[in-house]
Amino acid sequence: MSAVAAIEVEGIVRRFGDFTAVDGIRFSVAEGEIFGLLGPNGAGKSTLIRMLTTLVPPTAGTARVAGCDVVREAAGVRRAIGVIPQNMTSDRELTVKENLSLFAQLYDVPRRRRPALIAELLAAVQLTEWADKQVKFLSGGMRRRVEIARGLVHRPRILFLDEPTTGLDPVSRAAVWQMLRKFKAEQDLTVVLTTHYLDEADALCDRIAIVDHGKLVALDTPLALKASLPGDSLLEVSFAALPPGWAERLRALPAVERVTGVGHAYRIASADGPVTLRALLAAAEAEGVRFESLDVQHTSLDDVFAEYTGRQLRDALQEPSARESAVMAAKGQR
Amino acid sequence: MGHVWALVERELIRFGRARMLILFTVLGPLLQLVVLGYAFGGTLHGLRLAVVDEDHGIEALRLRERAQAVAAGPGTFVAVPYADEVSALTALRTGKVSGVVVIPPGFTRRVLAREAPQVALVENNVDRFVSTALSGALKELVAGWGRVQVTTTRLPTEVALAVVELYPFVPYVQYLLPGTVVLAIFTMVMLGGAFAFMDDKVLGIHEGYLVTPVTRLELVAAFNVSGAIKAVTVGTVLTLVGMALSGVPAPLEPVRLFQALLVVTLTALALVSLMFLLLARVNDPMVPRIASMLLNTLLFFPSGAVYPVEGLPGWLRAIAVVDPFTYAVRALRTLLLQGAGLSAIAPDLLVLAATAVVALILSAAAFQRSL
Repeated sequence: MSAVAAIEVEGIVRRFGDFTAVDGIRFSVAEGEIFGLLGPNGAGKSTLIRMLTTLVPPTAGTARVAGCDVVREAAGVRRAIGVIPQNMTSDRELTVKENLSLFAQLYDVPRRRRPALIAELLAAVQLTEWADKQVKFLSGGMRRRVEIARGLVHRPRILFLDEPTTGLDPVSRAAVWQMLRKFKAEQDLTVVLTTHYLDEADALCDRIAIVDHGKLVALDTPLALKASLPGDSLLEVSFAALPPGWAERLRALPAVERVTGVGHAYRIASADGPVTLRALLAAAEAEGVRFESLDVQHTSLDDVFAEYTGRQLRDALQEPSARESAVMAAKGQR
Repeated sequence: MGHVWALVERELIRFGRARMLILFTVLGPLLQLVVLGYAFGGTLHGLRLAVVDEDHGIEALRLRERAQAVAAGPGTFVAVPYADEVSALTALRTGKVSGVVVIPPGFTRRVLAREAPQVALVENNVDRFVSTALSGALKELVAGWGRVQVTTTRLPTEVALAVVELYPFVPYVQYLLPGTVVLAIFTMVMLGGAFAFMDDKVLGIHEGYLVTPVTRLELVAAFNVSGAIKAVTVGTVLTLVGMALSGVPAPLEPVRLFQALLVVTLTALALVSLMFLLLARVNDPMVPRIASMLLNTLLFFPSGAVYPVEGLPGWLRAIAVVDPFTYAVRALRTLLLQGAGLSAIAPDLLVLAATAVVALILSAAAFQRSL
């Protein structure tokens, strides 16, 4: 990974009326890096991407993309970036090739280079046979591949993808991941993607920024983020009835690093899952404590998300977004 | 220019594939031209007129015979004899007849004695078209009668008006043609321009453009040029087919066609630029749909497209003054039906061109190159 920064973000803020969508975020992305913005819906990821891609001006703070300021040198930013927005925005009435040709012209790709470049991109996203089909006849996964090809038609230095695999089936998701890795390796691309899929962030990203309520709450490699949590295993247990002092007994089990609990349910972080599990079973047997459920797993990004935001990502996805909450509160619904 | 052409090309590819849009924007106004043109353009025939003869004299008989002659000739009405006034009026109220003529007792005596003989027409004034036609036909009938009597007294009773028609008879369907062409241009500006623009905005297609190096002026130019090309295409087709359908003489006369194309182009540019000015800051897809419905009525009817502007009340005339349709309709009518040249329509063309330029400048200033 090169040390040169492709993106530098300094205390960027975006407000919509009274609502602050992005609240003083600061980070930098190195050239050639795949950088993930992880967070639930409404966390501010898309607004952040829209500011970096010159679609929305920041309320405060600055950002430089490919060495250009996103406000003062917006034209320079636009020439250096490719953008694949959250909604599939290829023209459904145009063919795959016509879509790519349109964007090649908008990005000033010389006429003589266009046919070869488009053919090469179509082959790379495995859509050569579909080149002359109207986009409306393509499946969701194929349309996403059209978008990826469209975003790369001018060989950008930095590619922004806003939730690139949302709504795709597992096979199409895997295909998109594979293509992104390939393009990154072949074209020395810097990639910034937003996602609320933990496995996607884990599998693709060199570094991950966790964003919640418009703030950056953690930033590191997936490995380092997981390592920042106590233990490498997590035991989630719930008991039928508890003898007095049971929480202390749990904390005293071998290799246990932390115990948190609500009611009869506990989360036990352990440096050695099997050792702690054996001791837990023995202690429960001795005390006559009955299990209602028991789950042992390696520390995941979901645990990292829970650690930094105080809730599970899967739960956060079900919540109304911060902006929706603000609107609901204004309407007196909460 | 490369960016503008790329965006225009995209619009034209879509336009070429939008068969329903083309069909609707061409057939809709043509249908209106034919139906409205022939529905309102004709004269009334076969109205049933009750005739009550309370005189039974020789002059009453002559009058009834003349009424029968109308039925056999122009056919505006058919005289139906009724025995008494009460049953005739009942027939009028129940819609069996459209009017009642009463020849009062003593009519023959008054005619012979030259004591201002009168007949009474009772008309159903709920339907003004019918009552106007009936009273017109009867006045003609009685006036001819009166002239004979007047001639014998040698008194100058009426001033003759000699009417010279400057052009061959222009049926209403031809009168309606210029308005129909302008309406077709407007329909395409809304359907192929405003609706398409807003749908692209909502679908995020504009967002795709905004992250490319295309500039604000290039975007505005591309939207206007592509919208105008679509509207000119439909306007030209409507002019040609409309002239042929409505029977305008020499529809393929090249100089006149070229001049009509100029009017159609300036009209399209004026309407497209006004529409983009209206939508420059709008994000709600309902707005162009509602605007289309309102503007259709507000621009079409006061413009003189269906009825002369001079016949409108003051407030509608005020709308007509600021309505670009007015100038487009007048220019096309002068060109197509009166055969006048460019010098006759220069003021109208100037208004349309000025509207296009001003609206284009304002819409370029209002358009925001961000979300």
